[in-house]
Amino acid sequence: MSFEVAEPAMPREHYLNARRGAWSWLTTHDHKRIGVMFLVALLCTFLLGGMFALALRLELLTPGETVMGRLAYNRAFTLHGVIMVWLFLIPSIPTTFGNFLLPLMIGARDVAFPRLNLASFYLFVVGAVMTVWAILEGGVDTGWTFYTPYSTATGTDVLPVLMGVFVVGFSTILSGLNFITTVHTMRAPGMGWMRLPLFVWAIYGTSIIQVLATPVLGMVLLLVALERVVGVGLFDPARGGDPLLYQHLFWFYSHPAVYIMILPGMGVISEAVSAFCRKNPISYRVLVWSTVGIAFVGFLTWGHHMFVSGQSVLGAGTFSILSMLVAIFTALKIFTWTSTMYRGSIWMCTPFTYVLGFIFLLFFGGMSGVAVAVTSADLHWHDTYFVVAHFHFIMVGASLMAFLAGLHYWFPKMFGRCYPEGLGVGTAVLIIFGFITTFLPQFLLGNMGMPRRYADYPEHFQPLHVASTAGASLLGFGFLIIAAYLGWSLRHGRVAGRNPWGSRGYEWHSDSPPPEANFHEPPVFPYRPHDYSRPDLQPEVGHAA
Amino acid sequence: MRPEASLPPVVPQAGHFGDEASRQDAAHLGMWIFIASEVMLFTALFTAYAFYRYAYPDAFHQGRLHMEVGLGTLNTYVLVTSSILVALAISAVRAGRDLRAGGLLLGALALGVVFLFIKGAEYTQHAHDGALPGAWYDFEAFSMPGASLFFTLYWVMTGVHAVHVLVGMGVLSTLAVRALSGHFSVAYHTPLELGGMYWHLVDIVWLFLWPLLYLA
Repeated sequence: MSFEVAEPAMPREHYLNARRGAWSWLTTHDHKRIGVMFLVALLCTFLLGGMFALALRLELLTPGETVMGRLAYNRAFTLHGVIMVWLFLIPSIPTTFGNFLLPLMIGARDVAFPRLNLASFYLFVVGAVMTVWAILEGGVDTGWTFYTPYSTATGTDVLPVLMGVFVVGFSTILSGLNFITTVHTMRAPGMGWMRLPLFVWAIYGTSIIQVLATPVLGMVLLLVALERVVGVGLFDPARGGDPLLYQHLFWFYSHPAVYIMILPGMGVISEAVSAFCRKNPISYRVLVWSTVGIAFVGFLTWGHHMFVSGQSVLGAGTFSILSMLVAIFTALKIFTWTSTMYRGSIWMCTPFTYVLGFIFLLFFGGMSGVAVAVTSADLHWHDTYFVVAHFHFIMVGASLMAFLAGLHYWFPKMFGRCYPEGLGVGTAVLIIFGFITTFLPQFLLGNMGMPRRYADYPEHFQPLHVASTAGASLLGFGFLIIAAYLGWSLRHGRVAGRNPWGSRGYEWHSDSPPPEANFHEPPVFPYRPHDYSRPDLQPEVGHAA
Repeated sequence: MRPEASLPPVVPQAGHFGDEASRQDAAHLGMWIFIASEVMLFTALFTAYAFYRYAYPDAFHQGRLHMEVGLGTLNTYVLVTSSILVALAISAVRAGRDLRAGGLLLGALALGVVFLFIKGAEYTQHAHDGALPGAWYDFEAFSMPGASLFFTLYWVMTGVHAVHVLVGMGVLSTLAVRALSGHFSVAYHTPLELGGMYWHLVDIVWLFLWPLLYLA
């Protein structure tokens, strides 16, 4: 039996063409446009951070000085870290897909505070420009953690960077505040908490961390700034202060920040697994409660960054066990996803390829996380490439895979056109392969004793460094291909139609791209989110197949 | 997940908010979240205070002997009174008496000025004694280990609080102008409630700073 499926047409009016001109974009209150503007801004910061990553790998290609001196190297890894952590990974999924999709998924017209949403965007831009300018101009060489006493003593210009990150923090808090309020007050009538799409749960959990943890970072950055300007001495042993307090306050934010990066990614994966296996999640509740669990326990693990900084045995042991709890919640998620795939009708398209990459990197990175959470083992691995490889696997690799999965899954939703699927899958394989080639050797290097943040190394480390640099080049090449085909698809891609994936996600009830008001007429969501068990309620046939 | 035939459909509504009541709910919730965030901002400072008080119990015990307890206590009364005035202003608007509300808000604003004035007098005295933060600490009457940390925390904590007082005064003056020009009514006075919440937060933070720095 075969059907003649009519080629879908682009909706005549949608959020992209409802108003015209640059001014209509810069002053928009539309969450979809703000999401797109965030996407553009974040792709710029990602490009910048990525270029510096490649520069670092180039320097590490040979022992001794390859392309830059030691100070330049310190500055380059600071720039790479600050930009990737604060200007890309932390805002990545919530501000782009979160902004674009959250109201659509809960059947709302917009977020609760549209003007505040625009303010978040501008605060982000101002903070990002300040930070980037300050690093390039002042040449900060502290690393992204700004550890005292080095950050208060270095001759480079740390102050503007601290202020830039402070302003970006404001943007994070306001976005989080907006999303929490939206989920509480803007849900369509009839949508109870246990009918929220899993991505919404993930953004909700993330927002709570953002709102409660970011102010602590803001204050500690302010104290470092005061230390530099008026020498307050709170972290200065010469005046009776204790640098360890800095580390406690810093990691009280910066460890939960890891969950700010990964929780939204887990939300994307939960959506994509169901959509591309055509199957209900094995347990919706496990996915929800493990999200809440990670958000909560994430606040209680910060001490594991300080096992070698001077901490009581009891403290270290407690933080060690609490850190392992996170692995249990994560394992619950991984088991739920994989058992959802079991006997599902799997569609091996680009987003799903990234889902597989995500699960592999999360699993591998997570297990190495349990390894470094063991205090005795951490003494050996602390400040080596083992830790670098661990956090790149879990917080960079996994977040990036989720970001790319989301980007490909929702690209037709956002812009109304499909991308070339074959090229997409090929590039996804290249990226995953490149990522593993980059960071797997770093586990080995770290275990052999290669310390992090060093521009130089003994000669017998070179083969592994060459492998790592080769992998990084593959990654860079892969991103160029993605940029090329997504850019091409914006104009020339096949028109997607309303629901090209045949997904049961609520956001696909709207046109692709959605109209300015999100829905032409109030739609009806007749089934639970991710419910593929009722073929009689099938709304649309997928066109992308 | 088992299919449920009787599941009620979810039907989004057309407007941004369903009605004025849900609009107010959202505004209040947003303000509460913001306040939670502010509390965490001060929590970092209270943590630093606890940390150093534990490290230097003697210095923190004797530090208060060098504080102007009278002025600090007076300031507590000033700030609490001003909070009461804001609360009265809200009930005045609810009773439809806009002018009275505007006057009460101006009164609260004036008390904010008094607070900062007294704080300024204290700062001047400490600066005169040489009890300045960090590198500039030069207070001979109190020079044990940890003494400069006590005064550093005093300056930072009250300083961050004073910035909040300033912001709050900006909010109160805007609200006073709006109340006097009749922007608020019995049905609509959400901004006034939100501004009031913020001013109470400023007040409550001081209620923790006062015992820690002046009394304990």
